[in-house]
Amino acid sequence: MGKPKAAFYWASSCGGCDIAILAIGEKILDVAAAVDIVFWPAAMDFKYEDVKGMPEQSIDVCLFNGAIRNTEDEHVAKMLRSKSKIMIAYGSCAYEGCIPGLANLFTVESILDHVYKDSPSTDNQQKVLPQATVTVPEGELELPRLQGAVRALHQIVDVDFFVPGCPPEPRTTWLALEAILSGALPEKGTVISHSAKALCEECPLPKEGKKIKKFYRPHQVIPDPKKCLLEQGLLCYGVATRGGCGSLCPQAGMPCTGCYGPVEGVVDQGLHFLTALGSMIDSIDPDEIKRITDEIADPAGTFYRYSLPVSLLKRAKTK
Amino acid sequence: MSRFEPKIVAFLCNWCSYAGADLAGTSRLQYAPNVRVIRVMCSGRVEPYLVVEALQAGADGVIVLGCHPGECHYLEGNYRTVGRMALLKRMLGQFGIEEERVRLDWVSASEGVRFASIVNQATEAIRALGPLRGQKTQEVSHG
Repeated sequence: MGKPKAAFYWASSCGGCDIAILAIGEKILDVAAAVDIVFWPAAMDFKYEDVKGMPEQSIDVCLFNGAIRNTEDEHVAKMLRSKSKIMIAYGSCAYEGCIPGLANLFTVESILDHVYKDSPSTDNQQKVLPQATVTVPEGELELPRLQGAVRALHQIVDVDFFVPGCPPEPRTTWLALEAILSGALPEKGTVISHSAKALCEECPLPKEGKKIKKFYRPHQVIPDPKKCLLEQGLLCYGVATRGGCGSLCPQAGMPCTGCYGPVEGVVDQGLHFLTALGSMIDSIDPDEIKRITDEIADPAGTFYRYSLPVSLLKRAKTK
Repeated sequence: MSRFEPKIVAFLCNWCSYAGADLAGTSRLQYAPNVRVIRVMCSGRVEPYLVVEALQAGADGVIVLGCHPGECHYLEGNYRTVGRMALLKRMLGQFGIEEERVRLDWVSASEGVRFASIVNQATEAIRALGPLRGQKTQEVSHG
């Protein structure tokens, strides 16, 4: 029997997850020694046709990063699922939609209009929009089409494990790879991280249970590095975010933005954080409470920065 | 064609608003039959998750009623609700869900008339907005 076969793929992603795999450092050599990489568009030259020709279930593990934004993403996800024994949603985009998922607040038409016609830096006098098909002398070519909404990987194919993070921290990536290489796999559906509890559990900044009189954005205030950022009025998402990353951002004075997804058992991370914040306001005057919460810019973008496609609402209402 | 009858879920706190609704009933006050009442111990128990879940499950609007500010049985439950509902309503607006579909108000145990009037007002406001259609994730392609 040969070495186990591994595939890596990026769908709608920024490329950060592919770099995150390499961020495990020299351990990548252990991975390369232990598995045969059969598909990795970001790092090596393979073609879709190579994968298409493989027998079903012939890839042992597939680390899939990126959200499902267009028909190509969906096509490759389904193909890799049928070729792979273990499918892992690697990184926040595949796990819960992440930043690309924020597009679900808008229609595809309005996004295309903004990007190709209306944005101030666009010079497109003919109002040309990208077309899904084009005719050339050799025949008709087809490009992937945008879908009506961005989806997470598990919303279109069966997923065995999830690795959170934007991108996953090296320790989290290694935790997942180690489990695969050793064969000591967790229960199906597990979100692989060092913690199932909220980030605050592992964050060393002292908390005093203080309430908030005013919210600040990171550029408006220099926080005290020895105190809980949330209690200083910064929208630190740690209370509603799975730990395991090592609480690097809060320790560097930047509030957590929630990239490790919800804590175990929570369905909607955004509403979980909204609920926590709404109850932290230091006032007993309804008008003042409302005024203080009104200082939070872009609630949907703040609460669902990483999880809009898997939230209860999933996308904005279509007319 | 018959007029649109919205479905409205009403979360009523046990100590004030549910008693207020009870009074409206025993006083034989007429009010819109569109509300489905759910009794909770405190308006502070009504997580925004429950409101959104109700809207997703087919409600066209949600009413949350609690004790007047300063009269909460648990001292500060309704203050928490104020912050949560204010944030939730703003956020729902970004999702294209009109603010009037979610209403937070106060009804004491002696305010049966106020309960009936809030239900009637909310029903008319939501009726005017029309049904809240479900969020669809159907494939819409361009080009």
